[in-house]
Amino acid sequence: MTAFIAGRLLALLPVLWGVSILVFLLIHLIPGDALQLFLGTQVAMTPAQMEELRRLFGINKALPWQYADWVGRLFHGDFGVSLRTSRPVLPDILARLPVSAELAALALLIALGIALPVGILSALRRGTAADAAIRLGGLVGLSVPNFWLATLLLLLLPGRLLPIASIGMYVRFFANPVGNLAVMLLPAVSLGVVLAAVIMRYVRSALLEVLANEYVRTARAKGLREHRVINRHALRNALIPVITVVGFQAGYLLGGTVVIEEVFALPGMGRLALTAISQRDYPVVQGVVLVIALLFVLTNVVVDLLYAYVDPRVRFG
Amino acid sequence: MTRSATARRTSTPARLLRAPVAAAGAVIIGVYLLAAASAPVLSPHDPLAMASRSLLVPPGGPFPLGTDQFGRDLLSRLLYGARVSLAVSFASVVLALAGGGAAGIASGYYGGPVDGLLMRVMDVIFAFPAVLLAIAIMAVAGTAVWTVIVAIGVVYTPQFARVSRAGVLATRGLEYVEAAAAMGAGARRILLRHILPNISAPLIVQTSLSLSLAILTESALSFLGLGTQPPTPSWGNMLAESRRFMALAPWTAVFPGATIATVVLGFNLLGDGLRDLLDPRLGA
Repeated sequence: MTAFIAGRLLALLPVLWGVSILVFLLIHLIPGDALQLFLGTQVAMTPAQMEELRRLFGINKALPWQYADWVGRLFHGDFGVSLRTSRPVLPDILARLPVSAELAALALLIALGIALPVGILSALRRGTAADAAIRLGGLVGLSVPNFWLATLLLLLLPGRLLPIASIGMYVRFFANPVGNLAVMLLPAVSLGVVLAAVIMRYVRSALLEVLANEYVRTARAKGLREHRVINRHALRNALIPVITVVGFQAGYLLGGTVVIEEVFALPGMGRLALTAISQRDYPVVQGVVLVIALLFVLTNVVVDLLYAYVDPRVRFG
Repeated sequence: MTRSATARRTSTPARLLRAPVAAAGAVIIGVYLLAAASAPVLSPHDPLAMASRSLLVPPGGPFPLGTDQFGRDLLSRLLYGARVSLAVSFASVVLALAGGGAAGIASGYYGGPVDGLLMRVMDVIFAFPAVLLAIAIMAVAGTAVWTVIVAIGVVYTPQFARVSRAGVLATRGLEYVEAAAAMGAGARRILLRHILPNISAPLIVQTSLSLSLAILTESALSFLGLGTQPPTPSWGNMLAESRRFMALAPWTAVFPGATIATVVLGFNLLGDGLRDLLDPRLGA
């Protein structure tokens, strides 16, 4: 297992290197002079003063050197300084991380809560009207834009239920758990429904595949009751690969939080990035993109390891 | 040609008829494409014309789907929006298919360092959540139509690369490909004549599914103000504009979203149906 973990972490290095290059280049491909962007159009300076500032900011060097400087600072937790607030970028991002993480986690919880029972039911009732309805429902769920679902929920639910749908009333979980969950419920549902459709389809086909196996037939042949065959023999093997799907969908969750936070005015990382984009505050944009990409990559490693832990065939295969 | 050989080579439309799921998707997509193409004929009003005396008019009468906060006809805007949303999505998926397909084929066929380099590049793109990467590209590149196309195209390139690489690896060692090589066929001929036809099925399925994602991504970008810019109508920016008025005029939010959901469902049905048709082992 140790060798397996080491291998996975080692394979991570080129990806992380590539991610850092892409995020670095993203900002340096902005048309126009970075310094001019920073100063705005109000400040007039002599070319000599501009040159002095370039030297101070370290942007008079060639691009590879700037990249090396930047990565070096990343390792010290220095993600740059906001052009608007002049505050370091990283603490501001980390302060908003819990909001986005909670939203993603709740959405995943809701998705699993819907997908597992419905997917299992669909597989066990294969070919019936219920199965057909569930399959169509799954396809519809995949097709609805999450930000539109959010809009519809807001449209249908307000009035007496307004406390649930209150926008811009975010409270931290540890300050007021009930209030926090009430505010997070609609955003999490909007984000979770699509994911439920994805996972449900996967659960259904995975369970169908397992049910066709010899050992399931053997279990039935030796006279086990159906629920025991399903619970002890089929489900255990069918649900393990679902972990992988959840890993793939972490990207949907992390990207989706950006959009959903905007709809519900939640103070998460995504909203921070969107505000920064509208203010041309590129270091903040760069920081958020880097942090979310790192989270995504790490999630996938954790999922890989979890999968190997649950299914020894992966470790030794 | 013998009878059995002709029977096996049924045309694609005929096969579609035997797969009702795919056919339903194809019909939905066909209706949308037709509507987008004939938007100038079908639109009852100019999509940009504002009418101060008919703001937020409910559906019915001269405005079949109502009007928005500037008195613009919603149906006409949805029809013209279809042109923008569909054109951008198609263009970006064609870009992803061409780039990803070429990279995947080269990777699978040549292997070695070419494979290693190309696939690491794809891994890096894949390491970003799709919507986030598209947002980041739009943020720095500006909101022109072609940047939307490139942003979405880049994001969905790795899927095509993986699908075509896997297809090439599965086909490369087959006897008929080796026979062609033994008879002196060049790499170009082997790839185009012998390998490409065999990986086209998964690529077609991937294209359909990517189109559904591309439409969703385009509308999300426009919804956030980073895609198609007003006053040019796109489904996403119509939804964004409706947000302040939706309590007063729910139709301004309901119709654009339903339009997106329906066409995305069409591509999902087509993709799913085609996959069942082309690879009966999956789905079921």
